Amino acid sequence: MLSLAWLGTSPVFATTESNHGHEGEEDMSSQIKEDIQHHLQDAYTFHLFTDKESGTHVGFPLPVVLIDNGLHVFSSSKFHHGEDMVEKGGKKYFIYHNKIYGAEETIYLGEKKTRMVENEEGEEEEEEYVDTVQTMPVDEFFHTYAQGHGADLPEGLFVTNKKPLDFSITKNVFSIFFISILLLLMFGAAAKSYKKGLAPTGWAKFLEPIILFVRDEIAIPNIGEKDYKRFMSYLLTIFFFIWIVNLFGLTPLGINVTGNIAVTFALAFMTFLITQFSGRKEYWKHIFWMPGVPWPMKIILAPIELLGVFIKPFALLIRLYANITAGHVVLMSIIGMMFVFQNWIGSSLSFGLAFALAMLELLVAALQAYIFTMLTALYFGSAVAEHDDH
Amino acid sequence: MEKLINDFSVGLFFWQTLLFLVLLFVLRKVAWKPILKAVNDREQSISDSLAAAEQARQEMDNLKAENEKIMQEARIERDAMIKEAREIREKMIEEAKGKASTEADKMIESAREQINNEKLAAITELKNQVATLSIEIAEKVLGEELKSNEKQDALVGSMLEDVKLN
Repeated sequence: MLSLAWLGTSPVFATTESNHGHEGEEDMSSQIKEDIQHHLQDAYTFHLFTDKESGTHVGFPLPVVLIDNGLHVFSSSKFHHGEDMVEKGGKKYFIYHNKIYGAEETIYLGEKKTRMVENEEGEEEEEEYVDTVQTMPVDEFFHTYAQGHGADLPEGLFVTNKKPLDFSITKNVFSIFFISILLLLMFGAAAKSYKKGLAPTGWAKFLEPIILFVRDEIAIPNIGEKDYKRFMSYLLTIFFFIWIVNLFGLTPLGINVTGNIAVTFALAFMTFLITQFSGRKEYWKHIFWMPGVPWPMKIILAPIELLGVFIKPFALLIRLYANITAGHVVLMSIIGMMFVFQNWIGSSLSFGLAFALAMLELLVAALQAYIFTMLTALYFGSAVAEHDDH
Repeated sequence: MEKLINDFSVGLFFWQTLLFLVLLFVLRKVAWKPILKAVNDREQSISDSLAAAEQARQEMDNLKAENEKIMQEARIERDAMIKEAREIREKMIEEAKGKASTEADKMIESAREQINNEKLAAITELKNQVATLSIEIAEKVLGEELKSNEKQDALVGSMLEDVKLN
């Protein structure tokens, strides 16, 4: 019933897996914490909400694609929201902590330990290794730890079985696909309206100022009049993609795409590759043999600059990931507070706070898209700069 | 950090990269290129139009200046013409006046001459008539006087007397 009430207010309760009948604040708090955790992680079903009293989940299953001694494709509905295992190719697959694990017979539980080993120069040094400390039949592990809410594994223990290569169309992949289609329709329609005449009509009227903003405020000042045209497609795509994805993250659909390190890594990695491949002589010279400083400085600066090449896109991916994740966590926590307080003063104060925060997140959604695009353009600009600007 | 690496999903990375690249290339073809081209074309046409307008304005200014110049010239020419005409008029009046006065003088002169001539003629005629009259009278008087011989003698005598006196 509670979950039903939350629908339409927030991206909360993306995935709830069990039917707890308990009451009380302690339970509510841990429930909220768990829901936030679930929301931040990817999922194999597009889950909208759960009616806890009847135990029904509303949403739709997505295809699971595993590469593990051949290709296995099946619907995630076969997991029955984590209640069942799926047998494919002689292996039993199950969802544990929102990831698919698989084993033929035995689950190996390992622990990280350190030992002293001799290195090539004969010196002793510490080395981390994984020690398998416990084995368990797969069925027993599933029933104990994975099914339903399960119990927590003892501190420090983790599953060491090789995970299958997971190319499933998860909730995030589905969202990316859906948003991509949406972007295509939006901009395709906008582009079509230009065929009628040079003046923008309809959609284009709204989108054109933003496109021009990316061109005039981001691309041209950072890359320069001469080179900016080559990068426009990438800058526009990345700007609108991040922006729209961030906006969808604020809807009650419970999408959290840019709060995934793999997504921001993919985006930053593309920026990194394009920067390096469009780097001109000047760019590499500034990295390996900084002009205008005495030669001992050049030697000191080279490794620092080289490190900077990798740190820049790394900062890019962490910034986006951290901002969006933090935004979602804070917003969901405050929305959760409404239900913890359960009195009209606290709840309405929480509501006001959540509303203000949601407004702020709207700004952050655009701001992070802007910053990502802006820094990307800045890196491209430094790569294609031809003369010395110092 | 370890949590981040644990959270990293290769599948999601793969799909994100693939879908993003597809999105990039499709959007590039169906949206960015036509939109940016249309915007560029429009900006080009706007700046062209502005330049054309500026040029037209310049031309108009030039034309205006030229008109002004022509007007000025025309005005000067007109003034000159008026002045010339006035001069000519004055000269003509002057000339006419001069001519008229000489003509008048001439006419007066000739009239005077004529009058003189007439007068002389009249005087001559008068003189002649007087003479004739005088002679006639004299003849009549003489005829009357000299009817007797004595009187004739007396007259001759007096006349001779006068001659002697001269």
